[in-house]
Amino acid sequence: MAHLKPIKVLIPLLNDSVAPRFDLATDVVLVRLDAEGVPLERKLLILPQASAERLCQLVIAEAVTIVVCGGIEAEHFDYLTWKQVRVIDNVIGSVGSVLARLKLNQLECGDILREQTDADG
Amino acid sequence: MKRIDPAALLDAVAFGLLAVDSQGRVLALNERLATLIGMSADAAVGLPCVQVLRNRCGVQRCGAGESLESEENTSRTDDLITRDRRRIPVRISVSLLADPGGTRIGYLKTIEDLSGPESADQLLSTSYGFGSVIGRSPRMQRLFAMLPVVAQSDASVLITGETGTGKDLLAEAIHQASDRAKGPFVKINCGALPATLLESELFGHKKGAFTGAVEDRPGRFRMAHQGTLYLTEIGDLPLALQVKLLTFLDDKIVYPLGSTVGHPADVRVVAATHRDLGEMVRRGRFREDLFYRLNVLRLEVPSLREREGDIPLLLDYFLKRLSAELGRPIEGFAPRSLKILLDYHYPGNVRELKNIAEYCVHLCQEKRVQPAHLPAYLMEKPVSRQRTAPSLPAAAAASRPAGAENQTVIEAWSDIEARLIREALVKARGHRGRAAQIVGCARSTLWRKIKQYGIEV
Repeated sequence: MAHLKPIKVLIPLLNDSVAPRFDLATDVVLVRLDAEGVPLERKLLILPQASAERLCQLVIAEAVTIVVCGGIEAEHFDYLTWKQVRVIDNVIGSVGSVLARLKLNQLECGDILREQTDADG
Repeated sequence: MKRIDPAALLDAVAFGLLAVDSQGRVLALNERLATLIGMSADAAVGLPCVQVLRNRCGVQRCGAGESLESEENTSRTDDLITRDRRRIPVRISVSLLADPGGTRIGYLKTIEDLSGPESADQLLSTSYGFGSVIGRSPRMQRLFAMLPVVAQSDASVLITGETGTGKDLLAEAIHQASDRAKGPFVKINCGALPATLLESELFGHKKGAFTGAVEDRPGRFRMAHQGTLYLTEIGDLPLALQVKLLTFLDDKIVYPLGSTVGHPADVRVVAATHRDLGEMVRRGRFREDLFYRLNVLRLEVPSLREREGDIPLLLDYFLKRLSAELGRPIEGFAPRSLKILLDYHYPGNVRELKNIAEYCVHLCQEKRVQPAHLPAYLMEKPVSRQRTAPSLPAAAAASRPAGAENQTVIEAWSDIEARLIREALVKARGHRGRAAQIVGCARSTLWRKIKQYGIEV
């Protein structure tokens, strides 16, 4: 694990997987990892309604360092990047597989963590 | 009898197609959909449909725990987010897929891209123009009279004209009025990339074709399948690629870098240049055979100096449009301002005229634009357009880089604004809140402008 300081990850959810769209997610998981990538704290938040702007506010308010998501519009991606938040988008996979990849510091934009994905409609 | 490859048949359809099994996992998708969403069929097969398509209704349906059956035999407008972070409106129709015995095996989704101009009728409804190109001068009227015929033909088109005359707009208007309007309009600037990159951009590459080619890429030709590929600054296309382009125009088959397998692409090519290609052919800098292949239909866009009577029309058009966009109650130009504007020779053509109008709209706080609201260089260099040559010599134009005419004479409002923001950021030592105060706008506006102008902070 090459992270030098503790990181805070936000993952919008659809069931147990990364939500296909940032702007439509109503469930998010916040995970605090230590410098070795080991989860220290995990918090599940249920939002009153889906809103990309609200989610951006939450990312800033919670001092999140990494957002892992599926589809995100350029406007929100650019805003978060400008706010020094690393956005790893176009990711498909379960929360578990995402955290495992993050621990190895090997998660990239566009990653499809196929073996871990849930059946979905 | 020849057998038809079902995959090739699906790729030939003008809509995106997605086949899913009864659990909602992707079985297949055609090339049109792969291009639209930015994900290859190989990567998508086996994944949950909602993760691949990322359409609003699909995500909401999954979130509510509803099955795919609720979508059966529906057709609704929706939106999806592509891999390049664009949200685009689509229409998605869902129909049942059954085996010969009538047992349900899954669903077929048809995805129609609804982005782009509302309809060709609306595009063509401008009183004095074609699409978003306007003008009522005899030269432009002759051009507009040719355009419906050009649009309906499927031959290659070569658009020539000085920088800023509206070649890009014309190319897009031709596409929108053609039978290919439902297909993609893909633009690439041949002068903006080095030769090796340009080849990969145009024709695509196979994974491993060169260092950094980590995945297959289809290239712009295949992305423009059943649509139009617009090659701007064709005069800057390297000679090696001219041969490859000529081969494509003859065979309509694309060979990606590193691959011996060709892919058919049904693409209409529209090319444009500000250079004199005939002169370049004589100097051996452009292939004669390619010149004749592209020159099937030739459209010469006149410079603004040659468009008698169009300057007042364009000034009025841009002033009204920009005033409305920026919410300024400007009614028109004061007579003295109009005289100065009519006497100017516009070396940067319509682009320069538009920039001047934008400058005026930003600076004018009155109902009519006064001379004080005009860019200072218009008063410093009172060159009458009647006294200038009708157009620059072809050889001189050919040796000039694109946009060079504008650089000496015009600093567009956007350039001024970007400069003011940079100066404010320097003054505020990078503190955006203070920079916003200096510029006199909100922090969010400053952020948007920084993004718009690509200012590095």
